[in-house]
Amino acid sequence: MADNSRIVKTSTKNHYSYIKHNWWSGFLFGLGMVTFIDETVFHQLLQWHHFYDRSTTELGLISDGLFHAFSWFATIGGLFMLADLKRRQSLNWLYWWGSVLTGAGLFQLYDGIIQHKVLRVHQVRYIENLWVYDLVWNTAAVLLLITGLIIIRQARRRMKG
Amino acid sequence: MENMHHALTIAPFWNAFFIVLSVIAVGGYIAAVIVSNKKDHLSKWPRYRTVLWIAGILSAFVVMGGPLAKAVHMDFTLHMLGHLLLGMLSPLLLVLSSPIRLILRALPVRRARQFTSVMRSGYVQFVTHPVTASILNIGGLWMLYTTTLFQLMHKYTWLYFLVHFHVFLAGYVFTAAMIYIDPVPRRYSYFYRSVVFILALAAHQILSKRIYAYPPLGVAREQAEAGGMLMYYGGNIVDVIIIYIICLHWYRSKAPRASLHQAH
Repeated sequence: MADNSRIVKTSTKNHYSYIKHNWWSGFLFGLGMVTFIDETVFHQLLQWHHFYDRSTTELGLISDGLFHAFSWFATIGGLFMLADLKRRQSLNWLYWWGSVLTGAGLFQLYDGIIQHKVLRVHQVRYIENLWVYDLVWNTAAVLLLITGLIIIRQARRRMKG
Repeated sequence: MENMHHALTIAPFWNAFFIVLSVIAVGGYIAAVIVSNKKDHLSKWPRYRTVLWIAGILSAFVVMGGPLAKAVHMDFTLHMLGHLLLGMLSPLLLVLSSPIRLILRALPVRRARQFTSVMRSGYVQFVTHPVTASILNIGGLWMLYTTTLFQLMHKYTWLYFLVHFHVFLAGYVFTAAMIYIDPVPRRYSYFYRSVVFILALAAHQILSKRIYAYPPLGVAREQAEAGGMLMYYGGNIVDVIIIYIICLHWYRSKAPRASLHQAH
C-alpha cells in the first residue's frame, strides 16, 4: 500500500518535471510545421509567395534565412523530443497539442507582420486588395495562438484536478 | 560566362588525374577493410560503409572529372549542382563511411597511436571546432560568390582546383564537426552543435538568396536565379539528413536506463 502511493507520487512528479519538455517539443514542432506548410502550399503549390521580392530588405534576408534554418531543426528536433517523452511515458497529448498550436500561431503572426510587412521578405499574394489576404493571414495566426493557449490552460487544469 | 571556357584547355590531363585519385581512394579504403577484417579481435567492418565511401568518392568525382565537369564551366545552375555534390553530398557520404575509425583499425598499434596524436594536435582541434569549421565552409562560399574570386577562378586553372579542393575539404570538416561518426579530439554538446549548425545553415540560405538577388560577376540573371534556388532547396536535402542524424544521436544518448537494459 505504502509502495503504491509512492509510485503514484513519483509518476505525477515525473509529469510535472517533464511538462517543460512537452512545451518545447510541441512549440518547436508547431513552429516547424507552419513553416513547412508555408513552403509547400504557399511557395510551391499555389505559388503565391515569391522566392525573392525586389523590395526585400537586408534584414529580411537574414530573418528568412535564420527561420528557414531553424524551422528544419525545430520540426525534426520537436518530433524526436516527442518520441523521447513517449518512451518515458511523460507525454501529455493535450498539453503537447496546445503547444503545437501556440508555436504555429506565434510564427504565423511573426511571418505575417514582421516578415511580410516590416521586412518585406515577400507578400502573401501579388494581387490587388492585398490587405484582405493580410487580414485573413494574421487573423488565422491569432486564432491559432488563442486556441493553443486555451488548450494549454485546459491541460493544466486537468493535471491539477 | 565567356571566360569560363579557359579551364577546359587542359581538361584531359585533369580528367585522368581525378580518375587516378578516385581509384586510389576507393582502392585504399577497400585495402584497409581487408586488413581490418583479418584482425580476429575486431568485428567485421560493415559493408554499407564501403558502399557509402564509394558513393561519396563518385559524387565528388563526377564534379571534377567526367562529363559533368565540362558542363559545370558553362552553366551556373550546373555549377551549383556541382557545388552541392562536391561540398555537401560527397562529404556527408564520406563522413558516414567512418574513414578515421577504419584507418585506426587497419594500422598497426604503434602507427595508430601516432595517427591519434596527430588527430589530437592543436591544429586539428582548432580546425574541427564547430565554429571554425562553419566559417571555413560557409565563409569560404561567401568569399567565392560575393567577391571577384568567382571570376578569377575561371581564369586560372590552379585557382579553380584550389577553390574546389577547399569546398570539398571544408565540407568534410564541417560535416565531421557536426555529426560524430568517427572519433573526434573534443566533443561538443548537442545543443552547442545544433546552435552553430542552425547559424551556418542560415548563412548558407542567406547567401543563396543573395546570389538570386545580386548575381556573381559574369553570371547572367536567369542563371543566378536558377542557381540560387537550387542552392537554397538542394542544400536543404543534405542538411535535413545531418539534422536528422544529430537528433537521432541525441535521442539514443538520452535513452533511459530501463530501456537500455531491454535493448540488450
